[in-house]
Amino acid sequence: MRKKIALVTAAGLLASVVALSGCGGGSNSSGGTSSAQGAAGGAGAGESKAEGGDAAGSGEALHLTFYYPVNVGGSAAQLIEGLCSDFNAENPDIVVEPVYTGNYDDTVTKLQTAVQGGTPPEVFVSLATQRFTMASTGMAMPLDDLIAADPDGQEYIDDFLPGFMEDSYVDGQIYSIPFQRSTMVMFYNKEAFKEVGLDPEKPPTTWDELVEYGQKLTNENRYGVGLALNSGSAQWAFTGFCLQNSENGENLMAEDGKAVMFDTPGNIEALQFWLDLQNKYEIMAPGIVQWTDLPTQFLAGEVAMIYHTTGNMANISQNAEFDFGTCFLPAGKRQGAPTGGGNFYISNGLSEDRIQAAWKFIRFMTEPERAAQWALDTGYVATRQSCFDTDLIKNYYEELPQAKVAFEQIDVAKPELTTYNAAEIWRILNDNIQSAVVGDATPEEALKAAQEQATEVLAEYQ
Amino acid sequence: MKTYTKKQRELKKNLVGWLLVAPSLAFMLCFTVWPIFRSIYLSLTKYRMGMAKPEWIGFENYINLFQSGLFWKVMGNTLYFALITIIPSMVVGLFLATIVNRKSRLTGFVRTAYFYPVIMPMIAIASIWMFIYMAKNGLWDQFLAALGRKPMNVLSSKKTVLPAMAVMYVWKEAGYLMVFFLSGIQSISEEVNEAARIDGAGSWTIFHRITLPLLAPTFLFVSTIALTNSFKLVDHVVIMTEGAPNNASTLLLYYIYQQGFTNFNYGVSSALTTVMLLLLMVVALPRFLSQDKKIHYN
Amino acid sequence: MKKKKAIGTMITIFAVLLGLLWLIPLVWLIGTAFSVPSFHMTLFPTTAFTLDNIKYVWNAVPFGTYYINTLILVVCTFVVQFVTSTMAAYALGVLDFKGSALVFAVIFMQIIIPNDVLITPNFMTLSELKMVNTKIGMMLPFYGSALAIFLLRQHFKSIPRALADAARIDGATTWQTIWRVYMPCAKPAYLSFAVISVSYHWNNYLWPLIVTNSPANRTLTVGLAIFAKSKEANMQWANVCAAAFIIIIPLLLAFFVAQKQFMSSFVSAGIKE
Repeated sequence: MRKKIALVTAAGLLASVVALSGCGGGSNSSGGTSSAQGAAGGAGAGESKAEGGDAAGSGEALHLTFYYPVNVGGSAAQLIEGLCSDFNAENPDIVVEPVYTGNYDDTVTKLQTAVQGGTPPEVFVSLATQRFTMASTGMAMPLDDLIAADPDGQEYIDDFLPGFMEDSYVDGQIYSIPFQRSTMVMFYNKEAFKEVGLDPEKPPTTWDELVEYGQKLTNENRYGVGLALNSGSAQWAFTGFCLQNSENGENLMAEDGKAVMFDTPGNIEALQFWLDLQNKYEIMAPGIVQWTDLPTQFLAGEVAMIYHTTGNMANISQNAEFDFGTCFLPAGKRQGAPTGGGNFYISNGLSEDRIQAAWKFIRFMTEPERAAQWALDTGYVATRQSCFDTDLIKNYYEELPQAKVAFEQIDVAKPELTTYNAAEIWRILNDNIQSAVVGDATPEEALKAAQEQATEVLAEYQ
Repeated sequence: MKTYTKKQRELKKNLVGWLLVAPSLAFMLCFTVWPIFRSIYLSLTKYRMGMAKPEWIGFENYINLFQSGLFWKVMGNTLYFALITIIPSMVVGLFLATIVNRKSRLTGFVRTAYFYPVIMPMIAIASIWMFIYMAKNGLWDQFLAALGRKPMNVLSSKKTVLPAMAVMYVWKEAGYLMVFFLSGIQSISEEVNEAARIDGAGSWTIFHRITLPLLAPTFLFVSTIALTNSFKLVDHVVIMTEGAPNNASTLLLYYIYQQGFTNFNYGVSSALTTVMLLLLMVVALPRFLSQDKKIHYN
Repeated sequence: MKKKKAIGTMITIFAVLLGLLWLIPLVWLIGTAFSVPSFHMTLFPTTAFTLDNIKYVWNAVPFGTYYINTLILVVCTFVVQFVTSTMAAYALGVLDFKGSALVFAVIFMQIIIPNDVLITPNFMTLSELKMVNTKIGMMLPFYGSALAIFLLRQHFKSIPRALADAARIDGATTWQTIWRVYMPCAKPAYLSFAVISVSYHWNNYLWPLIVTNSPANRTLTVGLAIFAKSKEANMQWANVCAAAFIIIIPLLLAFFVAQKQFMSSFVSAGIKE
């Protein structure tokens, strides 16, 4: 009997809870205060951290937490840890603790939960495309004052490749420093080329050639072309195709990150071209191939030409049992390729000594020799002009000429889709691209829907 | 020995009672009751990362959700997935239970084989099944190739992604439901079966005339558990698809997670949580209504 | 009679075949974890036995730390649940105190609405308490367990009052009564709940994922997911299988040793009212 009463009460409570939402303002007063406190707790997180910093500043070493994602194979994590311990050895007054936070998406989530929890890392690497979000939510600080105060600050900034430095600005201020930057190149299987009578030294240079070569290369066990169309990858490749099909190299978004241009005729054509590769020419696997599966399929000889990141250079050159080449992405109306990858950020609201320590760490990590070594070990593109004067890079390009293509392509490369609320906008574009790929919508319908949804999300920034 | 009046004893008992439940009650109030109210309040506000405090907007979150195709798609997915997981898991679970209930030297092996997926983490299961379902090189597509069929790449097609996940889910869940059916079957008195047998009833007749009707309460109970489980476990979506293709595999709890922890839109996330609360209450309703009928076993 | 026997044999054969089918993923997992990675998956290993995958994974991912974290999580959660639930179950099952219906109402709420779906508000509470990225933050929502209270209360109720009265006449306090009379009698219920609680927290993913930010607090499931989702590695399956093997093996072994206990625990976790 008691149970029954309890059950009735429970149901009653739940029902009243739901009913409360029906009378709107009813729960406003009670719930409101505490939630507001909650928000204040979240917003005040930075300050409390700064206080902690002052306390620790005197006497013992300054402790910095550094969040980093690894998007390439496992060894990159060990490289970062090694670099950090080098830094700590060189700077006994600072201890940088590297914290591996998964892939880029996971890292963004972890950053935000850390900020909400009141323990943001002092320094972190996140996608360059996150900078608008980082700035608007107050998670990262502008670096202009630090650069101005640094004796060779301006020189340092000017040394970065313009193609990479381009996506460091928010409203004219620098929010991030290029670190693990990549671009998309084409990897192709030279042996497969020979097998079907194509010149292995002449990879496709245009979309037409791509189709032509693809048709020759496709057989029962092999597709000619490989593109990863899963969420988080499709929008990157799509940036490239849209740039290639644009009249004057227009990108998918406005430079201020407040508007997108998804549904232009050129972009619709680009998406149609993808569908044609799958359905009309049947030279690309139908459906969605995963980003992580694509290199494996390439290495297994199941696909002859793949669009993938230079970040995979080390992996492919170590594991390929055949001769492989790299080349610029085939051009449509023009040449074009997306850049991508992660930049350094410094958290907002730190004490002065912590900011200085963080800046010192960033400068350390991006020194020409070190940046060059990092590029070598991972396959990322070295970020600074002066890296390319080092013997390291010169020898590397001699030994592995395939790696040089990425550097040369930077001239025609543009930043990938970057806006406010980047994660949401990415998702919108990816979902709609997928809707076209699985046949739910025509390319035009898909991109129109994407445009509409994205515009709605961005409305509040107008 | 000191004697208390009846009233004093009564008072002491109440006090001790409340003191003893206090710790449990405090935790449950903080992490079950309070968040329920809070979700409902926040669902009526605009609140996202970077805002100092929530802004009251009434039903706007709900209106936006109900007008968005995506919300209905997610609800459709959630219910569809529940349907295609719980019915097969219950059928298979019941079937496994009848098999395991037979006395045989192999019962131990069979029982172990059916039940072990239950205690494996969904994360590990999904990581492994992702490779089983992987395009072309995966076990499933290779199996198809061996039969001379085309690879399906099941996780990339909107038609097959949820059914593929459901197969995995049934594999994991059927053993769990099996033990409930088993205990239900074993609680049916052997005399009833014996009496039927003497009257000349065959095994099949006994099964569908006696066993099944007597298992009715178990069915109700098991379906509640299975439904709740299918709503609250979305680890496989995180690992296998992240909702792809085009949200064909986005389930409600994953959508809550995505809104809350990728987009950091607490208002919308809370509105979705409230929808989930309603859903769970509806699921619990039949059990609540049938209290009098003594639906338990053991 | 002969026909009946034939049917019986057929069902047995079918049951065994089905069991083998059920075992395929585990066979493949173990086989792959201990063989040399190749481009083509095969159901059974085709290469020599190797420990390389396990070694690689163990070194690449701090699974040692994750093991310790998971153990701490599992043990501490259970110990606290043990104490809080014993107290509450005694109060609700033995003392007939006023207002207990309200407590039951809260318990039913948790049974209807599991913590798993309240991730957003609970995370906010946790961040206000400044407990994000702490082990205690991961456990806190589970310290009050409706399931444990229910299970124990059921058992406590079935213990004859006379036993408790006898203890009281001997001068035992409430604590002593619980300790000497109720807890020893309810051993099976404690065991059942231990199995349920340990396997739930060993396997739980979404909440630890949200709460933890650094390897110092990550659990095994979160570590595995991060590893499995890291991009741009190839022939991942050998390594992911090795990682999955590392994570599932303790519970799996425990299950193979004490399968009856596991099954009856899961049955008793279905609330008996």
